[in-house]
Amino acid sequence: MGRDLRPLFEPRGVVVTGVSSHPGKFGFVTLHNLLSCGYEGAVFAVGREAGSVLGQPVLASIESLPDGAAELLVVCTPVSVNEEIIRTAASRGVRAVFVAAGGYSETGPDGIEAEARLVAMADELGLVLAGPNGQGITSPPVGLCAQIVAPYPPRGRIGVASQSGNFVSAFQNYAGQTGIGLSRSVSAGNAAATGIADYLEWFADDPETDVGLCYVEGLTDGRDFFERMATVTRRMPVVVVKGGATSGGQRAAASHTGSLASDDRVFDGMARQAGMVRTPTIEAAFDAAASFATQPLPGGDGVLVLTTAGGWGVVTADAVTSHPDLTLTALPEDLLVAVDAMLPPRWSRNNPVDLAGGETRDTIPELLDLVAAHPGIDSILQLGLGIQGNTAALTRRGPFHPDHGLERIVDYHERQERRYAEAAAAASATHSKPILVASELAVAQPDNPMVTAVRESGRLCYASADRAVAALGHMAWYAAWLRARS
Amino acid sequence: MSRDLGDPMGVPATRTLSEAASRRLVADAGVIVSDWATASDPDTAAEVAVAMGLPVVAKLCGDAIAHKTERGLVRLSLGSAADVHAAATDLLAAATEADGPVELLISTMLRGNRELIAGMVRDPQFGPCVMLGVGGVLAEAVADVAFRLAPLEDMDARDLMGDLGTQALLGEFRGEPAVDRDALVETLCALGALAADPRIVSVDLNPLIVVDGVAIAVDALVEVVDDRGDA
Repeated sequence: MGRDLRPLFEPRGVVVTGVSSHPGKFGFVTLHNLLSCGYEGAVFAVGREAGSVLGQPVLASIESLPDGAAELLVVCTPVSVNEEIIRTAASRGVRAVFVAAGGYSETGPDGIEAEARLVAMADELGLVLAGPNGQGITSPPVGLCAQIVAPYPPRGRIGVASQSGNFVSAFQNYAGQTGIGLSRSVSAGNAAATGIADYLEWFADDPETDVGLCYVEGLTDGRDFFERMATVTRRMPVVVVKGGATSGGQRAAASHTGSLASDDRVFDGMARQAGMVRTPTIEAAFDAAASFATQPLPGGDGVLVLTTAGGWGVVTADAVTSHPDLTLTALPEDLLVAVDAMLPPRWSRNNPVDLAGGETRDTIPELLDLVAAHPGIDSILQLGLGIQGNTAALTRRGPFHPDHGLERIVDYHERQERRYAEAAAAASATHSKPILVASELAVAQPDNPMVTAVRESGRLCYASADRAVAALGHMAWYAAWLRARS
Repeated sequence: MSRDLGDPMGVPATRTLSEAASRRLVADAGVIVSDWATASDPDTAAEVAVAMGLPVVAKLCGDAIAHKTERGLVRLSLGSAADVHAAATDLLAAATEADGPVELLISTMLRGNRELIAGMVRDPQFGPCVMLGVGGVLAEAVADVAFRLAPLEDMDARDLMGDLGTQALLGEFRGEPAVDRDALVETLCALGALAADPRIVSVDLNPLIVVDGVAIAVDALVEVVDDRGDA
């Protein structure tokens, strides 16, 4: 059992230091964000200027904080005053501290000492210490945005912990773009007392979080990280992006094994052994985490590609075939017969199942349910949706709408797109299998009714079939890893 | 071969063991190695070669000799007692002062179309790791290698094999059976177990030759902490 981070992510009351009336200062921004995103607990501001900021009375000193009124302290004041502030805050009932302020170990010997003193004090006082030199935290389930930056992500099931604040923002931005929200996010800063493993351990038992998403640059104790992650991944999938080469000292180079043991290869083996899903890029990491957060795990590696667009089907089938963790399922004979009864004779009669324009009002929903129900199919990639919605968009904007019968057909196209997307989510939920909808329209035309319907179903509309294949591959790999150990 | 790593991080000086001592150590741990024997002179070398079954490989063997191939200290495919005798005579003559005490190592000449590399190394960040790679002597160029942290469970060793990119090499190949994964698991787990001895800094099995599906180490090099006090 790891550290209890509840006072950090679900504090009863928050106090910010370093608040001034200057809207460019971190203290002001943090206060603004706390007051703007729906946090319902009490908020207190401490600053040197008397009066009020954003309608909030400014306390001249942390001494004036009422006893037991705030559990979380967000520190935006300079190094020199912070120890006294934290000690006093603890005496008023504060239990967690996020030190946004920099000037600590990242700056040199004095900063290293100051950081060591912070850690010792937090230990002594039993405080959760996050940071220093971090951007802050968000916790959408309680409307908490204790950050010196934007954005505030929509609520969801992904818990983010990152050694780069910038990547916290990037994941928050993707959350806003896709609608696949976050449960918690934290910029670990210098991670003086609370590190990525501490956050992920807490996320694993957090009822709001279904998947951990982390960015790691350096680890002070790689072995400890490995052992803790190997436990965490039994309870929750963890997606990791690794940045930078570590400088852990010399390694035996007299041996061939030593010369082949690059940081990257060792990290890769460690991650796979621990059951962590490692992705090469930030966007692939978000795709993977969003998939774990919104799709059931596949029961095996077999994939069926369902498409209304021939080219996409072919290319995606190739991508599945060459993926080490996925297999393009041979279409089972009974399924072929059943599909044959639903589609005109020109359909592909194999996997990819290419409807070849054979979709009618009900074909896609019925077909989806049929293939999802089949025990020989583990997961489905659905491609080529959005064409009718695209047509509708052009027609709606053109000079002839709504005359010439166009209003009716546009409405029909748009309704159909919504039906297709809703059918994917429904079949996935009914049969507990991943069904991933991919289309470049997710980015190119985000208001396409298919895209919005996927979004409203709580799923990710993948920006390309290749990205969907990559995400599905990660899910299949993790599911197999878990099965082998259960 | 011994070396001083400069010691700024408290990394100890290390030395290598002879192939004979290395083979003994890894075989005791469970690594599958080719049949072998040592000899101190050409006559004995020829005798053990015949007893073992020809053809054989003869190598010059000593603690200070880490990379024999580069120095021409390996003689392959010796098919008669006379060949062994002649090769052994040459090898002993090639020894230098710096090599220290040397002997001859005779081992069965194995043939197979596939070579692998495996080893153990201590990573500064994650501790002891086990490696498996494709290519044997070509491993560095092929760069299809993967790692797991030691110790390895059976499943970790199987996953490690699964990580290799050229899976086709592990299946049936040019008339040879698929690689015996159970046997390779044994060798990989043995490498992981060797990490429990803190004196062992690294192990190279390079190459392992796949014979009838079984990956057999035909060379071993163990690097240990140099605690002789003269480093």
